[in-house]
Amino acid sequence: MRLCARDSGCPAMTAAEVSSSAPLMEAMGLSKTFGIVEVLKDINLTVRAGEVHAIIGENGAGKSTLMKILAGNLAPSRGEIRMDGEAVSFSGPVDAERRGIVLVHQEILLAPDLTVAQNIYLGRELKKGIGVDDRAMNEGAAKAIRDLGGDIDPNAIVSRLSIAQRQIVQIARVLLVPHRIVIFDEPTASLTPHETEALLKVIRDIRAKGVGVLYISHRLPEVKEIADRVTVLRDGRLVASHAASELEPADMARLMVGRDVAKLYPDRHAAEVRETVLEVEHLNVPGYAQDASFRLRKGEILGFAGLVGAGRTELMEGLVGLRPSRGTVRLNGQPVDFRQVHTSLKAGVAYLSEDRKGKGLLLTKDLRVNLTLASLGKFVGALQIDRKRESEALDQAIRDFDIRTGARDILAGQLSGGNQQKLLIAKMMMLDPQVVIIDEPTRGIDIGNKEQIYKFIARLADEGRSIIVVSSEMPELIGICDRILVMRSGRIVGEVTGEHMNENEIVQLATGVKTGEAA
Amino acid sequence: MSSVATETTKAPKTSKDWDMAAVAPFIALALLLVLGYFANPNFISVANLMNVITRSAFIAIIALGATYVISSGGLDLSVGSMVAFVASLMILFMNSGTIADPMFMLITAMLLAIALGAACGLFNGLITTIGRIEPFIATLGTMGIYRGLTTWLSQGGAITLRDRELQALYRPVYFGSIAGIPVPIIIIFVTAAIAAFVLYRTRYGRHVIAVGSNEDVARYSGISVNRVRTIAYVVQGLCVAVAVLLYVPRLGSTSATTGILWELQAITAVVVGGTALRGGVGRIWGTVCGAFILEIVGNIMLLSNFISEYLIGAIQGAIIIIAMLVQRSLMRK
Repeated sequence: MRLCARDSGCPAMTAAEVSSSAPLMEAMGLSKTFGIVEVLKDINLTVRAGEVHAIIGENGAGKSTLMKILAGNLAPSRGEIRMDGEAVSFSGPVDAERRGIVLVHQEILLAPDLTVAQNIYLGRELKKGIGVDDRAMNEGAAKAIRDLGGDIDPNAIVSRLSIAQRQIVQIARVLLVPHRIVIFDEPTASLTPHETEALLKVIRDIRAKGVGVLYISHRLPEVKEIADRVTVLRDGRLVASHAASELEPADMARLMVGRDVAKLYPDRHAAEVRETVLEVEHLNVPGYAQDASFRLRKGEILGFAGLVGAGRTELMEGLVGLRPSRGTVRLNGQPVDFRQVHTSLKAGVAYLSEDRKGKGLLLTKDLRVNLTLASLGKFVGALQIDRKRESEALDQAIRDFDIRTGARDILAGQLSGGNQQKLLIAKMMMLDPQVVIIDEPTRGIDIGNKEQIYKFIARLADEGRSIIVVSSEMPELIGICDRILVMRSGRIVGEVTGEHMNENEIVQLATGVKTGEAA
Repeated sequence: MSSVATETTKAPKTSKDWDMAAVAPFIALALLLVLGYFANPNFISVANLMNVITRSAFIAIIALGATYVISSGGLDLSVGSMVAFVASLMILFMNSGTIADPMFMLITAMLLAIALGAACGLFNGLITTIGRIEPFIATLGTMGIYRGLTTWLSQGGAITLRDRELQALYRPVYFGSIAGIPVPIIIIFVTAAIAAFVLYRTRYGRHVIAVGSNEDVARYSGISVNRVRTIAYVVQGLCVAVAVLLYVPRLGSTSATTGILWELQAITAVVVGGTALRGGVGRIWGTVCGAFILEIVGNIMLLSNFISEYLIGAIQGAIIIIAMLVQRSLMRK
């Protein structure tokens, strides 16, 4: 058995060694049922040393369940896992770790009030006498982070770090365990292209050390770039497993949804120039956005591009009264003062948070309660809430937004990400807003649902509503927007329209390589 | 694994499982009644049960308010001292003799108690919301303030309702009965029915649950979180006032030790009734049931001979822990 901790400095494997290496882990006929629902059926999977094996599939395809089984968080209902030729069963994640299988979670699981070093060594502190050896841990943490190409002070408090930095800390923490197999669960979901590139480099380094990598992602071009082998899951079954060189992103998408995704983005007839609905002048959101001015026309879809941390979300939150802001906002020519969210909602400006689970929906409440939460006033009779009308509204929303739910009485947290987003859109549409601001409309959502959400956005614009889309996914902005504003470091630095709407132009503006004129 | 199931195919945790948590306190109550019968057959007599429920009235009514505060994500430790403070002021006012007509005096004093309760609740609410102080600390502070003011008002002794005529007039509010049912029992059920209607059927009730369940989601949905929370504390104050209206005719006297540890009993009743201490779930009838359970346990201990009644505090403490364990195991399903 070969364990390779980063500190132990084991030599990188040569290419020959890699190709001839025996499988580190084999999963045979893995199945998992919850109650009567079979979420995984008969999965065979091999993880080899020095290979990045990507697992792709739509949400609900069973990727997360499979990963949880492999990392010891769940026991399979049938099938077995073999390591070094012998069958193993994990009593829990700690047991799996002991055998060298570590999981980098999708969510950041760090104690926000502890330092970087304290987090990295949490639960396995280095001892010195009866106390802890802070100096050794700081040094170890600094080295671990340097090895990952990061530059973070080990004494920094985690809550002050950016998401990307936290991700690095999380990975450093996981890699401290002697590991043979590292599982990455959608590690790039909240990273910018630049940060993603850095992470992919880290993964290549890990691979070069002869570690087996399982890599889950929705971002197919990135999978194409990093993976040696791609396995596609659909509805809990393994539908294909190929060398990455044999598959193009388009093939992967087709295998994932089981049909051709010829057109992801809806047709948008060039919107005729219509009247201005929303006019923002010199809006300042202290600490996040400065001097933002822009106009939004009726029926228009306006995109906001930029790197994570450019202040797009904060600008929008300031605009609708979720954060303190100064500046002039005119709606239909009339100056408005959105001090509180309910004033902007009432005026017909709705903001859909990027943080669906944390700020959008009550995950532990049912669909009906969620749907009507922002618009309860419409459902109140003399004194009490009219539940029958609420139920009718839910029926209508399920039809209009194609919310796929097994039962009507499930909790919002039980919906898949895509269906949660549809429910959130439906919830805010109950207010019949004139201006809809959607932040990261498809984050963590699979292709099938993405396509639908783009259609909904286009439909809302066709209905005469004005839409602002904030997104870090440039193809999506280019695909659905009429016009894109680019933000950098809290300022709107340029506008791209027409044939200039391409990734290159946006990246240059977003990173400051090129400076445009403010819109 | 710790995150909420995000895939529709995950272990089906539908509303049926949650119903089990709602029913559990009533099952416990039924088991307790059976146990009481075996401990002492007199226990199950109508007279004894009415008596027990009547005595649970203070805690039950205060706990109804606590259900609002807790399900909106707050906590109120000051309710015990608030009872003492409001009752003391009410008695002092009645002793002041500013109004000659006893009936008019009594009604004015009752309205005063209700206004005082609401004001004390509002004070708690504003400190936690506008002052942005953790509810635990804020109400720990006001607990000291209300208690200290009571001790000062009574100069360390007792405050007693002196007017005989007023006493006689007020007495039936606690000791009287309508159609054979003691007034306090009627008041428990009327208050609970109103509380249940507001929490389950009105917009404000829905907002309470939303705020307790996830403050950010509530805020992003245009709900004024501070207003919802502050009103919950006012509701708590009003419930305390109603309890005071029942308490004063019973003893006609208050002292620095009035209502001591009632906050813990109220919170126990709420939790035993199935309301989640972290907020977002409120069970009005469960709370009433929880208050009954606490009082019945005490009564069984009194009627039976196996356990000393001096252990009652320990038993109540054990109940809250067992209730939490049961709740957790039901939610895990």
